[in-house]
Amino acid sequence: MPKDHGIGASPKRREDVRFLTGAGNYTDDINVHGQAYVHFLRSDLAHGKINGIDTSAAEAMPGVVRIFTGKDFEGVGGLPCGWQVTDKHGEVMKEPAHPVLAQGKVRHVGDPIAAVVADSLEQARTAAEAIVLDIEELPAVVDMNKALEPGATKVHDDLSDNLCYDWQFGTDTETTDAAFKNAAHVTTLELVNNRLVANPMEPRVAVGQYSRAGGDYTLYTTSQNPHVIRLLMGAFVLGIPEHKLRVVAPDVGGGFGTKIFHYAEEAFCTFAAKACNRPVKWTSTRSEAFMSDAHGRDHVTKIELALDKDNNFTAVRTDTKANMGAYLSTFSSSVPTWLHGTLMAGNYRTPAVQVNVKAVFTNTVPVDAYRGAGRPEATFQLERVIDMAARELGVDPIALRRQNFITQFPYATPVAVEYDTGDYEATMAKMEELMDIPGFAARRAASEKNGKLRGLGINCFIEACGIAPSNLVGQLGARAGLYDAATVRVNATGSISVMVGAHSHGQGHETVFPQVVAEMLGIDESMIDIVHGDTSKIPFGMGTYGSRSLAVCGSAMVRATEKIINKAKKIAGHLLEASDSDIELKDGMFSVAGTDKSVAWGDVTLAAYVPHNYPLEDIEPGLEETAFYDPANFTYPAGAYACEVEVDPETGKVTIEKFVSADDFGNVVNPMIVEGQVHGGIAQGIGQALLENCAYDENGQLLSASYMDYAMPRADDIPHMAHYVVDHSCQTPCTHNPLGVKGCGEAGAIGSPPTVVNAVIDALHSGGHTHVKHIDMPVTPSRVWAAMNSQ
Amino acid sequence: MYSFDIQRPTSLADAVAALATDEALPLGGGQTLIPTLKQRLSAPSVLVSLSGIAEMKGVCTNDDGALCIGGGTTHATVAREATSYPGLAALAAKIGDPAVRNRGTIGGSLANNDPSACYPAAALGSGATIITNTRSIAADDYFQGMFATALDEGEIVTEVRFPVPEKSCYMKFEQPASRFALVGVFVAKYADGVRVAVTGASEEGVFRWTEAEEALSSNFAPEAVEGLSVSGDGMISDLHGSGTYRAHLVGVMTKRAVAAAI
Repeated sequence: MPKDHGIGASPKRREDVRFLTGAGNYTDDINVHGQAYVHFLRSDLAHGKINGIDTSAAEAMPGVVRIFTGKDFEGVGGLPCGWQVTDKHGEVMKEPAHPVLAQGKVRHVGDPIAAVVADSLEQARTAAEAIVLDIEELPAVVDMNKALEPGATKVHDDLSDNLCYDWQFGTDTETTDAAFKNAAHVTTLELVNNRLVANPMEPRVAVGQYSRAGGDYTLYTTSQNPHVIRLLMGAFVLGIPEHKLRVVAPDVGGGFGTKIFHYAEEAFCTFAAKACNRPVKWTSTRSEAFMSDAHGRDHVTKIELALDKDNNFTAVRTDTKANMGAYLSTFSSSVPTWLHGTLMAGNYRTPAVQVNVKAVFTNTVPVDAYRGAGRPEATFQLERVIDMAARELGVDPIALRRQNFITQFPYATPVAVEYDTGDYEATMAKMEELMDIPGFAARRAASEKNGKLRGLGINCFIEACGIAPSNLVGQLGARAGLYDAATVRVNATGSISVMVGAHSHGQGHETVFPQVVAEMLGIDESMIDIVHGDTSKIPFGMGTYGSRSLAVCGSAMVRATEKIINKAKKIAGHLLEASDSDIELKDGMFSVAGTDKSVAWGDVTLAAYVPHNYPLEDIEPGLEETAFYDPANFTYPAGAYACEVEVDPETGKVTIEKFVSADDFGNVVNPMIVEGQVHGGIAQGIGQALLENCAYDENGQLLSASYMDYAMPRADDIPHMAHYVVDHSCQTPCTHNPLGVKGCGEAGAIGSPPTVVNAVIDALHSGGHTHVKHIDMPVTPSRVWAAMNSQ
Repeated sequence: MYSFDIQRPTSLADAVAALATDEALPLGGGQTLIPTLKQRLSAPSVLVSLSGIAEMKGVCTNDDGALCIGGGTTHATVAREATSYPGLAALAAKIGDPAVRNRGTIGGSLANNDPSACYPAAALGSGATIITNTRSIAADDYFQGMFATALDEGEIVTEVRFPVPEKSCYMKFEQPASRFALVGVFVAKYADGVRVAVTGASEEGVFRWTEAEEALSSNFAPEAVEGLSVSGDGMISDLHGSGTYRAHLVGVMTKRAVAAAI
């Protein structure tokens, strides 16, 4: 029987009560007395030289408080990049200045040029129209190949060219070349991983506040990691020490990575609050979000797979160009390198794996981590080339994967990581069972009767989550540690507030984290609340991304709770006149082993705060403990996915008929929430595979700048729940964190895009369109039709 | 948006008078105009709301058997009440989403003449008559290219009269993002012949595919359009499909519309 509380139970999400009844407190709900509003005048050119900005007429307009330009920020730091990549020649990456407001040049459509602060937003917008810009348009570089050509227009004039770094990783060239030379078969595939706009439901917001009395600042912002913003903005941009800067990320309506980063608008509102001596608020419009939120993916890749005569993989070599956009966003440099290259072994024991990445500056919006961050890029290319190899060799794509699976753990890959545990055969078998692979032929025949082509797509994936051991990422160039922290504050009557460094912006931490503490203490979950998202309330936190909340911050919470238990046992031992080593905690009762003497949780907590009968000579009053947890390794969730599509051969339209995921997330605390995460992740992956396309024209104009042209997945793009099966019953617990959990937030978005594309190619081949080797995402009707008719 | 005054006349005469003001704009259901205002792409001094004019609302049948729809009638009302013309009711039922259908009006859609809108295909495909406060305009004379119509400044679409065909169907292939018609084909079979109107495809806006009309007039069957094609020249080419693809879809959607109409 399923549990009804604690670890393994599926209580409904307690935060949903306020979200669904309109009682959420999102950043835009926060209004500070006396606040002014800022409107950013943004560049409508992709590239231009600023010759002059005349704000005089605008300054005289009604309601205007002050107008800022790049000049006002000359003495202020630029937005920093949090990860320094060292290239294959031993040189550090090029790191151009990233000013809060444009200085000298504009470098992408949406680059902020001026900021108008006014009594009302409409007044700010109207005044911005009166600013006279003298900007000389320069040729834009959009295409990465053209950006790398000698003599190409430079995005940053002070750099030698548009190449940020030229990185190589994994097996050495001599060994890799030899493996390809000796291969019985080589499959080569060139592909694009499409540029995406994350589009969280809530656009970004920032409210800056300054108190002259104390000289302290508060920033309310839509962030996945308020402490990281406090550190980056405080230390690197505005020079505000931590004790004078409070960053609050209240209810945040989705992040998907794009709210990790420190943005210009946050720094602006904080800076302007002091300069104007008034709180300053900015709320992004959806149109602004398209041109100012960091975009995702945008890789162009050539991948080669070498196989021996028995179809064993012998080598993988990839060559990727990764678009950085016009500036380095906070973690942009790490995504195509350490978050992508380290996953290129996939689930397979390929002995040689070499990864080459050139990161390129272009006149486009900066590109950074987006749900999956590097791992979807790795999985997509690897699983597409494996599928293509199976087709070329005429072997079953499931069998080809299976024969190359890693089966012994721990397993050290040629790309630096060590998988602690896994069972890829188990998830594959589970997927086969749930998908009813033997029934596919009949389903295909039924589709064909209706004039449709049916395809089956298979995919395996592995990801590295729970980023990460700080000493390791430090060696790799991270400019931060990646531990997390939690404080468990037990109150006098036994209720508990847990202050966590993780930030919940849809994940359900407020439900899940109490399940863990309740299980450990044997008390009711309703006695426990989570506090997060406010640097003045929580000890520290690196935030939520990379599917790390439970694996890293949850582990810190477990460690802090263990400290609570140890201290509480001492108090109980005192109250029961027994040695604390003889005290057992079960169902919220402390008892002396082998006796009927016991004392309840609430009596112990009360004693801690009313220490009349208390061992004051041995322990302090109170019951509050903090732990920092730095993981020993990444966690490695993995899985096998399958989907069936129907292709309408007359229109090229693809519909997903059935989707199955079999994931191994290790132990699962709340199965319902895990399933919701995977459903959402797969929907996002289907969006990337079939719909989403952030496109620029050759002049750097954003073509898909609104929902009129940028297609987000909707309910009817996703299979009906009856044909949308997510399973997490295969569980190999993580070996190095106390909960044995791995992380589930990104799996769906990582595993699904290649599954869909593999299925489409399979469908086309079944219809005789065997010349179609690959279609780039999004696999839109027009692209499918064009591919079918390309002969 | 910029500030403006709003007037809410309750009679057509008052609306016409209000629109005589300089820089006044009529506001139908607002499904295009309100987003345009929000983006500050339009700056009227006065908005004249037509939604309070009872005489411009409703669906009925006239003595000639034509379906008459008031210009201020919402898509949702047409979907529900145009029962004598199921092909038209089905088209209205699939415009946008429920919010759009409960605000957007047939008069607003036809006055705007978005090249990807659904209603122009129905009006042209039915040989409808567009009635305004000053005159009657045959659909064949009304549509004059993308966002262009025969309407004069301040002229209001008060009613649209649709001759009811024997058989009809609208087939829409949706643009994946906006879900407007990437290509939409309206086919209507009348006693004196078949009309085929295409929306979404052409740079000139909605148009009649006369070659298909002729073929279908002699044989109203999907096979009749096999082998017929429109040229990709002059077709819209964008992120969502080339002109060639749109031209191809015109054939596919026409065939499907006929198959469904039979």
